[in-house]
Amino acid sequence: MSEEIKFKIDGKEIIAKKGQTIVEAAKDNGVYIPTLCNFEGVKPKGSCRICSVKVNNRFMTSCTTPAAPGMEVYNNTTEISDLRKSIIELLFVSGNHFCPACEKSGNCELQGLAYKYQMMVPRFPYSFKKHGVIATGPKLLKEQDRCILCQRCMKTIKDESGKRYYAFHNRGTKLEVVMDEEMSKTIPDELARQAMKNCPVGSIIYKEIGFAEPIGTRKFDKQSIGSEIETN
Amino acid sequence: MPKKITIEPVTRVEGHGKVTIQMDDFGNVKDSRLHIVEFRGFERFVQGRPYWEAPVLVQRLCGICPVSHHLAAAKALDVIVGAGTGHGLTAVGEKMRRLMHYGQFFQSHVLHFFHLSSPDFLFGIDGDPALRNIIGVAMEHKDLAVQGVMMRKYGQEIIARTAGKKIHGTGAIPGGINKNLSLEEKEFLLNGADPLNADKMVEWSVGALEFFKTYHAGNRDMVDNFAAFPSNHLSIVREDGAMDLYNGVLRAVDNDGKRILHDVDCQDYDKYIEEEVRNWSYMKFPYIKELGKEKGWYRVGPLSRLNTCDFIPTPLAQKEFEEFKAYTNGKPNGMSLHYHWARLIELLHTAEMIRDLLKDPDLQNDDLVTKGEKLHKGVGVIEAPRGTLFHHYEIDDNDQITLANLIVSTTNNNQPMNTAVNLTAKAFMNGQQEITEPMMNAVEVAIRAYDPCLSCATHALGQMPLEMTIVDTNNNIIDHKIK
Repeated sequence: MSEEIKFKIDGKEIIAKKGQTIVEAAKDNGVYIPTLCNFEGVKPKGSCRICSVKVNNRFMTSCTTPAAPGMEVYNNTTEISDLRKSIIELLFVSGNHFCPACEKSGNCELQGLAYKYQMMVPRFPYSFKKHGVIATGPKLLKEQDRCILCQRCMKTIKDESGKRYYAFHNRGTKLEVVMDEEMSKTIPDELARQAMKNCPVGSIIYKEIGFAEPIGTRKFDKQSIGSEIETN
Repeated sequence: MPKKITIEPVTRVEGHGKVTIQMDDFGNVKDSRLHIVEFRGFERFVQGRPYWEAPVLVQRLCGICPVSHHLAAAKALDVIVGAGTGHGLTAVGEKMRRLMHYGQFFQSHVLHFFHLSSPDFLFGIDGDPALRNIIGVAMEHKDLAVQGVMMRKYGQEIIARTAGKKIHGTGAIPGGINKNLSLEEKEFLLNGADPLNADKMVEWSVGALEFFKTYHAGNRDMVDNFAAFPSNHLSIVREDGAMDLYNGVLRAVDNDGKRILHDVDCQDYDKYIEEEVRNWSYMKFPYIKELGKEKGWYRVGPLSRLNTCDFIPTPLAQKEFEEFKAYTNGKPNGMSLHYHWARLIELLHTAEMIRDLLKDPDLQNDDLVTKGEKLHKGVGVIEAPRGTLFHHYEIDDNDQITLANLIVSTTNNNQPMNTAVNLTAKAFMNGQQEITEPMMNAVEVAIRAYDPCLSCATHALGQMPLEMTIVDTNNNIIDHKIK
């Protein structure tokens, strides 16, 4: 017999299945909590913090926190919105996200969130780091100035033996996600396209198809991020 | 006392420019210069970017004619992706781009004439500056102002439906286009509610031309003699000599109409065109190599296009072209204010092209892109509203841009604009005791005839007052005026 867990998000009663995280239960109940590093089917890590909510008056990442009976969760408050906005701003200033010339514009989750949280000008100074482009592979290029180190590609793009195509390189402020140069030469076409799709920003780009998808037909041109989940 | 006059920045001209005029001991103009005082750097910072970004990235040079840069870059990349030059695209690919381009031409020429230049004709070069602008036109000549606004809107609507949005779209991609024209979009543009339909745009374009010709008839001396000078002229023309604003071969003629560039392949532009750097301006000075720096400079833009082409392939514009050519007995026309006349003939031509193209069923085809064997170098040359525009890209094996060279229309007209400024300054300022506002405006009228937009060669933000500084031969400031 499945056990139901009842708790509240912003006063709305949420019914969760046992084992669900807050973000999963929220989604099933028509409440949108933004995510970036979290990806369906992959064990959550809570590294980007954009899904932070307040649970019993403490900040918790909703992608890693299991739903529990009687929880009082706050998701849509001025304080939390500003916190999320500041995270988005930090991601923008730590890279070089020039949306007007980015192939992912309109399909970019970071851009979608910036619109949702009405980011105008980041409150933090730009770091102006120059990581450059790695374009040696035949199918994919990696725009390092747009990478937000979410690890989605590392966790989801693997060969048949489970070997990862992407991995961390360097440490600290020099940390970056790179693609295995040898493996990149033989990546199957479908997996290469999936890598671009899984990337929440414009860091992984499938080569030579730039801007083939017209303005107005892209995912967030049609509806704002999260609106497919929100029911009220 | 010798003095130097500085007009900075130049008004009703988009982008930051400055004019300095050196006066001698007798109050006569000794020398003058149009300076481009800011630096853009697009050619440098596109290096390293993946090539397919170029049409979207480089168009940010300008907000008035981004489509020209968008298409010139896409044409260069057509060569790189193996789609060839010009006619290598599918029918819908080429025709959608042409529609986008004509829409751009239409709105840009309207902006140039109605919004930025017509105040000088309606109120006079020496008219009240408070009235001598588009707001003044709206107050005193409401019908004309409404036409200008609605015609520009129509051009922008075409761009939105071909490029995805009105400014800085993404429609042209290497090897083709990313959308066709739906039947709803066709109907909207062809038979939209009055006045936003193709027939009305043709009718209003005829009206704009009549307005200019009436003004010309009443002010023949001024219009014909204002900054008139001989020069070479350059543009692309269709292989059969027809005016073609999107694709063709490079042709240049001298002041007598003799060919000095014989319909050469645009891919070889750098065999024929050289750019000179001078230490007082960020804008280079192009010239035809064979003729050298002194004799090889040329004009581009509407006047030059009418001087180089043999005919215009639309009936109403062709009739106007014949009248235009007859005015100088078939010889090249060197009168700077006739740029406006030529511009309005082109406006009519693009209105006719838009109307005819919208009826073409190829626009609804689905084969949007074509590609072939990849090359490492591509040149795209297009006629932008202000003149011939060159984009040249080279890429490496990783698809990253290694070289970009842009010769924009404004740059091509650098020496001609300097010459026009010089002639105007002499005509209006020689021997004058005091430099007045109308004299300064006359210099700006000369620049506006060529180009109301220096932003592709420079950049500007915010307020643009007119500043004039008078200095002696030792560059000591002895008078300073701000308009």
